Amino acid sequence: MTEDLLVKIKENVIQGRKTKDDMGIDESLSGTPGVLELTESAISDSVSPDSIIIEALTPGMEIVGEKYSKKEYFIPDMLASADAVGAAMDVLKPLLEKSNVETKGKFVIATVKGDIHDIGKNIVAILLKGAGYQVIDIGTDASEDKIVDVIRQENPEYLGLSALLTTTMKEMDTIIKALKENKLRDKVKVLIGGAAVSDEYAREIGADAFCADGFEAIKVLEKCQAA
Amino acid sequence: MPREGILIEKPLERLSCEQVQQIHDASIEILNNLGLLCFNKNAAKIYQGSGAAVSKVSGSNIPCWHIKIPEKLVTAALDSAPCTVTLGARNPDNALVMRGDEPRVYFITGSETNTWLDVDFPTYVSKADPKKEIKIPEFKPRRGTVADLCDSAHVCEHLETVDGYIRTVNIQDKDINEDNKDVNKYFACLNNTTKHVMSGLTNLKQLDDVVKMAEIIAGGRDNLKNNPLISFITCLVKSPLQFVDDTTETFMEVCKRGLPIVVSSSPQAGTSAPIKEAGILAQINAEVLAGITLGQLVNKGTPVLYGTVPVRARMDTLGDSYGSVETSQYNIDCAQMARFYSLPNYSTSGVCDVKIPGQQSSIERLFSDILVTLSGPQFLHCAFGLLDCNSVFCLLQAVLDNAHFKMIKFFLKSPGINEQELETVKKQIRDVVATPQKMFINYIRPVMRTGEISPPYPFEGEGDSDSVFALANGHLQELLAKPVEHIDRATTAKIYREIPGLLPRLNVYKGG
Amino acid sequence: MSSNIIELIRENVIQGRVTKDDEGIEEGMAGQPGVTELVEEALASGADVSEVISKGLTASMEVVGQKFETGEYFIPDMLASAEAVGAAMEILKPHLQKSGIKPKGKILIATVKGDIHDIGKNIVIILLRGAGYQVKDIGNNIEAKDIVKAVREEKPDYLGLSALLTSTMVSMEDTIQALEESGLRDKVKIIIGGAPVSEEYAREIGADGYGADGFHAVSVIEALNDSE
Ligand code: B12
Ligand code: B12
Repeated sequence: MTEDLLVKIKENVIQGRKTKDDMGIDESLSGTPGVLELTESAISDSVSPDSIIIEALTPGMEIVGEKYSKKEYFIPDMLASADAVGAAMDVLKPLLEKSNVETKGKFVIATVKGDIHDIGKNIVAILLKGAGYQVIDIGTDASEDKIVDVIRQENPEYLGLSALLTTTMKEMDTIIKALKENKLRDKVKVLIGGAAVSDEYAREIGADAFCADGFEAIKVLEKCQAA
Repeated sequence: MPREGILIEKPLERLSCEQVQQIHDASIEILNNLGLLCFNKNAAKIYQGSGAAVSKVSGSNIPCWHIKIPEKLVTAALDSAPCTVTLGARNPDNALVMRGDEPRVYFITGSETNTWLDVDFPTYVSKADPKKEIKIPEFKPRRGTVADLCDSAHVCEHLETVDGYIRTVNIQDKDINEDNKDVNKYFACLNNTTKHVMSGLTNLKQLDDVVKMAEIIAGGRDNLKNNPLISFITCLVKSPLQFVDDTTETFMEVCKRGLPIVVSSSPQAGTSAPIKEAGILAQINAEVLAGITLGQLVNKGTPVLYGTVPVRARMDTLGDSYGSVETSQYNIDCAQMARFYSLPNYSTSGVCDVKIPGQQSSIERLFSDILVTLSGPQFLHCAFGLLDCNSVFCLLQAVLDNAHFKMIKFFLKSPGINEQELETVKKQIRDVVATPQKMFINYIRPVMRTGEISPPYPFEGEGDSDSVFALANGHLQELLAKPVEHIDRATTAKIYREIPGLLPRLNVYKGG
Repeated sequence: MSSNIIELIRENVIQGRVTKDDEGIEEGMAGQPGVTELVEEALASGADVSEVISKGLTASMEVVGQKFETGEYFIPDMLASAEAVGAAMEILKPHLQKSGIKPKGKILIATVKGDIHDIGKNIVIILLRGAGYQVKDIGNNIEAKDIVKAVREEKPDYLGLSALLTSTMVSMEDTIQALEESGLRDKVKIIIGGAPVSEEYAREIGADGYGADGFHAVSVIEALNDSE
């Protein structure tokens, strides 16, 4: 029975179905419970959150990743799966805290002041959630004060900044300086991204990494965890 | 005498009259029932004062209003927005007259790319036969500078098919900052081309300096009104259905000054708009109508272009796919919608997904360039030199683009069939058939040099070699060496006196 | 007077005007006498025939050739000039012997049996005429025996054969065979052309030369002429 639920969760992750209303790739699944409902059933069946993550969500996402590399899946498929996993993680979060399971970490993400581009940032947020991070999105046009406040309150391990304009990318520099002034710089790893910035720029302003896309962000974060 | 552009006698249309009406109705319904989010306080106020239903959105971390626009406001705006928009030029012969009800196409450069692509032709030696050497073009990206912008405007001044100039490259010199970027950007363009100059604004604070510069060049405020040699573009709407704070502010300020401006929306089908043609059309049309309505409320009768940059998402990155077939479909439809409203349309073609010039770039750009031109948008941002979805600019590519636009223009000449012509050719046929050789060669000669025969592809190689890039590069060097008419010494001096922030190195008269 | 008319001939060859009805490259020339009228006039006024040819025709064709090479002239210009020269030579022909000028030679040309392609052949004819040869076109789709008959009757110095089809190029070999059988092969130099044939094929079937295009045809024949 438990086995069965975990298999179904995994399968629905692969199908990218968050709720019963979602369409998967296999049309016959429409109407049947999605990852969110299945995770809730599993919890009420007292399946351990650990095994939901380790036996269903993570291996499901791994298969999705493989399918994407083989070009069988496109980004929208990947995002749907990541979104489903993200939703499941939200449900599991209080339980994990209770059972003292370590989560992968908190990630605050924002598009900097003066910039309203957010398609890329939103994609990164979904992918990170799907990879098991707790993501706090503070939106676009975020000033350094706002970011400093959020970092102080939320105490995240990571901060992700997005800028698409060459005129707004220097806000990243301003933000990092503000973090330093507030003695927060050491508490958080800063990742930057967006079409305007580069590896070189990350080094120049003292960010911890530049990521070309969401997948690279996941890799970088994994490295941070291993270290 | 404005530039001629190219008149499309039978515009290519995909939508039936009924479908056009349906899209219009859907957009009106979206504006009236669903409404837009507005992050700009002044815009919200103006809408409120004009009878739109405006309410403050609570719980948003940035101030935000919800605006529902009734149909009558849109109808009034469509009535007062001028059908004809004139974009002037430093040389008045380069002015562009765009009539919303006439599908006359002007080809204009575009975008603000961060990356500039240099070309080099290193020599490679064959491993099998060391005597065999070939030159292969190598493209090297770097960040764009103001000197590049000058070169780009200079070359575009000489490219015959370029009717107007949008700054192609983002100036990222160390001494360029938010406070001097716009004046330098406009000056670099205006000083190196006598064609119309359009750009976006980085910083509203520089608007008045930019306008003043244009007034000095035009010879006063009234002259600028009659010959608006600069214009602006703003993405005031962020899809789906949101008025952005800063660009909306810029938009309203430009409208107040009565200078031409593009109301542009760039939804990406799949991410910020529905993937289906009906969906992205209903949405983009609603977004542009909302912008136009705002502009007319700010300053009734101010010239606006119906600006549409619809694009489909790539499935592998969710970046733009300008090279996709659907992107051309959406653009063609938008040209038809603008014509329905009798407003000049700002449209896009020719942007390709690939990062360097080559076969993919040629195929993707020609496909959309031909089709979208045929749909008859008045202002066609046709991506001279642009690559990598608008992120990269390459002058060599611009030279290649000019060659194919010449072909497209030639193709669009009217067939010229009439009684007199038929009489002449019937006689020709009779005469030739009576000769032993039966060849018309002699009749080619009178038209061979009049431009009535399309020239061969200008970068055709000899024998079976493909030397297109090398030949185009040769032509490019010639164009760079050919002088352009800069702004005269006295005017330049006046501009430098009155406009703060201009870089001394852009003054061509310094030192003498 | 006569130097003046030679100058006019020269100018009109360069303009490619055969008769007074032709337009030249410059506008407004239509109506004024063309090369044929001018040559007639020159003859009537007793001009020196060799001078008309060397200064009026040959030298001006060289100018045309240069203009073609520099890209100023296109093939139709070249052909018009060649045609004008050809027409002039036709008028001058009866006067050549009298003036002690050795004519450049007579060429017979045909598209071989089974083949009706003649655009290339026609171009070759115009250019050869322009180069001063007397060319007789016996048409297209011509049987080997008819070519043999024409060679016997016309006694040309050269025979040009054109074929555009791989299936008809073998007719060239048949034609050469037939000439040999009739004992005429030694009397005439044979040059072949057309898209499917080649230098190699010419050797294979025992032709004397191969011309890749009209200009090449002229130089090949000139070379055969010199080697005599
Ligand atoms: C869509 C778009 C818009 C939309 C934005 C919609 C939205 N919701 O975001 C609209 C139309 C509103 C818009 C407006 C403007 N835009 Co715009 N826009 C673009 C465009 C075409 C695509 C951006 C995009 O969404 N790409 C797709 C996503 C998936 O890719 P991405 O953003 O790069 O994100 C990926 C990576 O970069 C990375 N990443 C991104 N962020 C982060 C963050 C972290 C932490 C990590 C790890 C990774 C990461 O991962 C993402 C996923 O793979 C770009 C051109 C381009 N090629 O980039 C221009 C572009 C960025 N815009 C440009 C301009 C000029 C503007 C305007 C100023 C125009 C104007 N004059 O009004 C305004 C800006 C207003 C403002 N204050 O910001 C220029 C910028 C040039 C410059 N000066 O730097 C560009 C480059 C276009 C051009 N060539 O002219 N724009
Ligand atoms: C035009 C044309 C026709 C025209 C001919 C019109 C005319 N008045 O000549 C029409 C439409 C009638 C035609 C018909 C056919 N054609 Co056709 N035709 C061609 C085409 C497209 C161009 C030929 C041409 O005029 N070229 C332009 C001239 C300027 O070049 P040129 O002929 O090569 O001549 C130059 C040189 O070769 C040289 N030269 C030529 N002759 C000579 C002679 C001498 C003595 C010298 C020194 C030099 C010389 O100097 C010339 C000037 O520079 C060719 C394709 C090609 N690329 O060659 C096919 C082609 C020759 N045709 C072809 C075919 C198959 C046919 C048909 C059989 C089609 C059919 N199924 O009905 C018929 C043939 C009927 C027949 N019995 O001959 C094929 C032949 C393939 C093969 N098997 O060899 C070709 C190659 C096309 C193809 N790729 O399929 N054709």
